[in-house]
Amino acid sequence: MNLKKLNIENKKIRDLIPQVLTVLALLSVIIYFAINAQINMGNRGISFGFGFLNQEASFDITFSMIEYDGSHSYGRAFLVGLLNTILVSVIGIFFATIIGVVVGISRLSDNYLIAKVAEWYVEIFRNIPLILQIFFWYFAALRALPLPENGISFNDISFLTIKGWYVPKFIWTNFNIFLLSIITAFIAIYFINSYATKQREQFGKQIPTIIISLATLILIPLITFLFLGVSLTFEYPVLKQLSPTVFTYEGGVSIIPELIALALALSMYTATFIAENVRAGILGVGKGQKEAAASIGLNKNQILKLVVMPQALRIIIPPTTNQYLNLTKNSSLAAAIAYPDIVLVFAGTALMQTGRAIEIISITMLTYLTLSISISIFMNWYNKKMAIKEK
Amino acid sequence: MNFIVKPSKESIKTYVPIGLSLVFLSFFDVFVNAFFNFNLMEFLPTQLSYFLPLILGFIGFHLIRIEFSGVRSLDILNKNINSNNFNALLTLLTIFIIIKSIPPMLDWFILDANFAGNSKDDCTGDGACWVFIKVWFNRFMYGLYPDAEQWRINTAFLILFAVVGASFFVSEKLKKYFILFLIFVFPFLGIKLISGGSFGLEYVESAAWGGLSLTFIISAFAILFCFPIGVILALGRRSSLPAIKYISIGFIELWRGVPLITVLFMSAVMFPMFLPDGTFIDKLIRVLIAITLFEAAYMAEVVRGGLQALPKGQYEAAKSLGMGYWRMNALIILPQALKLVIPGIANTLLALVKDTPLIFVVGLMELAGMIGLAKTNPKWLGMAMEGYVFAGLVFWIICYAMSRYSQNLEKKLSTER
Repeated sequence: MNLKKLNIENKKIRDLIPQVLTVLALLSVIIYFAINAQINMGNRGISFGFGFLNQEASFDITFSMIEYDGSHSYGRAFLVGLLNTILVSVIGIFFATIIGVVVGISRLSDNYLIAKVAEWYVEIFRNIPLILQIFFWYFAALRALPLPENGISFNDISFLTIKGWYVPKFIWTNFNIFLLSIITAFIAIYFINSYATKQREQFGKQIPTIIISLATLILIPLITFLFLGVSLTFEYPVLKQLSPTVFTYEGGVSIIPELIALALALSMYTATFIAENVRAGILGVGKGQKEAAASIGLNKNQILKLVVMPQALRIIIPPTTNQYLNLTKNSSLAAAIAYPDIVLVFAGTALMQTGRAIEIISITMLTYLTLSISISIFMNWYNKKMAIKEK
Repeated sequence: MNFIVKPSKESIKTYVPIGLSLVFLSFFDVFVNAFFNFNLMEFLPTQLSYFLPLILGFIGFHLIRIEFSGVRSLDILNKNINSNNFNALLTLLTIFIIIKSIPPMLDWFILDANFAGNSKDDCTGDGACWVFIKVWFNRFMYGLYPDAEQWRINTAFLILFAVVGASFFVSEKLKKYFILFLIFVFPFLGIKLISGGSFGLEYVESAAWGGLSLTFIISAFAILFCFPIGVILALGRRSSLPAIKYISIGFIELWRGVPLITVLFMSAVMFPMFLPDGTFIDKLIRVLIAITLFEAAYMAEVVRGGLQALPKGQYEAAKSLGMGYWRMNALIILPQALKLVIPGIANTLLALVKDTPLIFVVGLMELAGMIGLAKTNPKWLGMAMEGYVFAGLVFWIICYAMSRYSQNLEKKLSTER
């Protein structure tokens, strides 16, 4: 009895020692760093704190989605950078998904040529560092575009030039009502779908949900245009001569080349990984599943929709979300070509001006960290929900 | 289409020659157009002559689409590129695009390119100016490393290749020593040879290192250190001791959650604040620590995948033999787990190599950085295309070779099971 008790205690102690030692070592490193940081900051006459976020930033940002100029605060500059990061990530994710799905499906095509071309697309763009691709698009490819006066014109509506891509600007009246109508349409579609599911499961009635949903999505916003005073006009970019040799476009929206280069490189690079995920997902659905589905009389489309895709998506979605996250993190390479994202604006310019390395780097890293951790929490939840429930 | 003519096996002798000649005609038209800028169908209206190859090819492919024709080569052709109308269209478009893109590429890369000479003025053609690469080649490989001392880098890499090459041919027993030498002796020998400062070698500061050799140096050291750290972190994350487990999780998730560029920024501007005033740690070492820790976190997750995939029985069997924690992991668990995750490890190492150009953040210049420097040289403005195409090609060869090697390794090891 005594011996046994002693043994348990021994194990407890044996387990405790390495843990205590690790924690102590970690703590001493942190304390050592903290003391040094305090001394260093004391020497430079700065104190730790986030008050500087309210100070006037007094630097300009070339591209901003919200109102910003030098008189705004560092906090506002941070927000501009964050929004720019989100913008390029969303654009990148959108195109990467489209290219990735097309290439991934093409790799499985029974057309030998198409499968080969898709394979080589993946091999080429996956094996070149992303930063080189960004440099290539920005410094080599986009620099080869013409000057504003001979810009490549698309029906005189939009112009592609070395200084960026000029596109028409949307001018809305009563945009809020329009937005509200879209939201209403989506809520309506949700109810229609759940009603249709119920009908199908209870009475076996098939309701063409896709057509009804599309009609709702078009009709409700259309009503706001016709009766509720919503209207949309376009402001087209127009060539204007500033001096005998300098031309520019006025009006419209200018998409800066940095954004184009970054979005191009990010989406083409990430698409290769998404393509591989899609391919693996579709290949991962056993042949027996398709045969079983065919043998109970489902047609080709039904097999794809009801049997293959639900199972393939279960394999595809987790690694693809991971790629979305990678794309967002990779968008920080924007700093290399001076696209004003959070790293360039905040960890670059703002840090240079204030010298507050610890605060600024911490905020930047925390921003990315929050993003990653919230996505991975969501992913864990999703995986649990989608996992095959075995009986 | 089917209601016009339905090619069948009986009439194969009429349809196949007509179909093949139509397909050939369409390719020939595009080919002549692309290479000699001559339009065979000039007598037709512009729009029609533009689409005619597509229409001819489409009809041709339709005519030769005969199921079970009995002609082996025709069956293979139909099965692979001509199984239905949609596939035939895709095939035609792909081939047209390939034919169309060959001449401009060929012109730019070779025919109109300039190879001879040693200044920008020698580049008179419209194509690439490979003179740029030729003149700067030394810099692209060695950075700002003094010319007279470059034999040291060469020697270091020659020794590396010689030892690695020799280890493939010697007996298993000797191989062990070769690998031990490569891991524990060579890195420090090599770095001493390159940095110098003793044995009568002139000291070369790390700021002068650069080019492709720096890419290799950083990759090699980061791989060397991130692997053991990653394994330890993975074991830590699977540990039953809560403190160690949560510290490992925190460490791994912290690095995996942030982009490498912010980590490098941190090593450049924030890390010096944490050291006693006046302490100076070489830039290259700081970058190496940053990349190593960053990649170690990814490595840890890969290794953890392998650890999780092992059946519980392996752990129980090892314990029942009386093995302790470390002996169990070193002799039973890790050898099997690591073998399982070779593709993952290879992918992590590949990502590491592809991440090395990011060190431009702290002002170190490997291949991409040197090209950035060269293209802003006033004498060589406008050479971005050549530079980045060259760098892309070099990196592509390295990364493609690595991924191929890992695929082969995977195949080789999987047959043993």
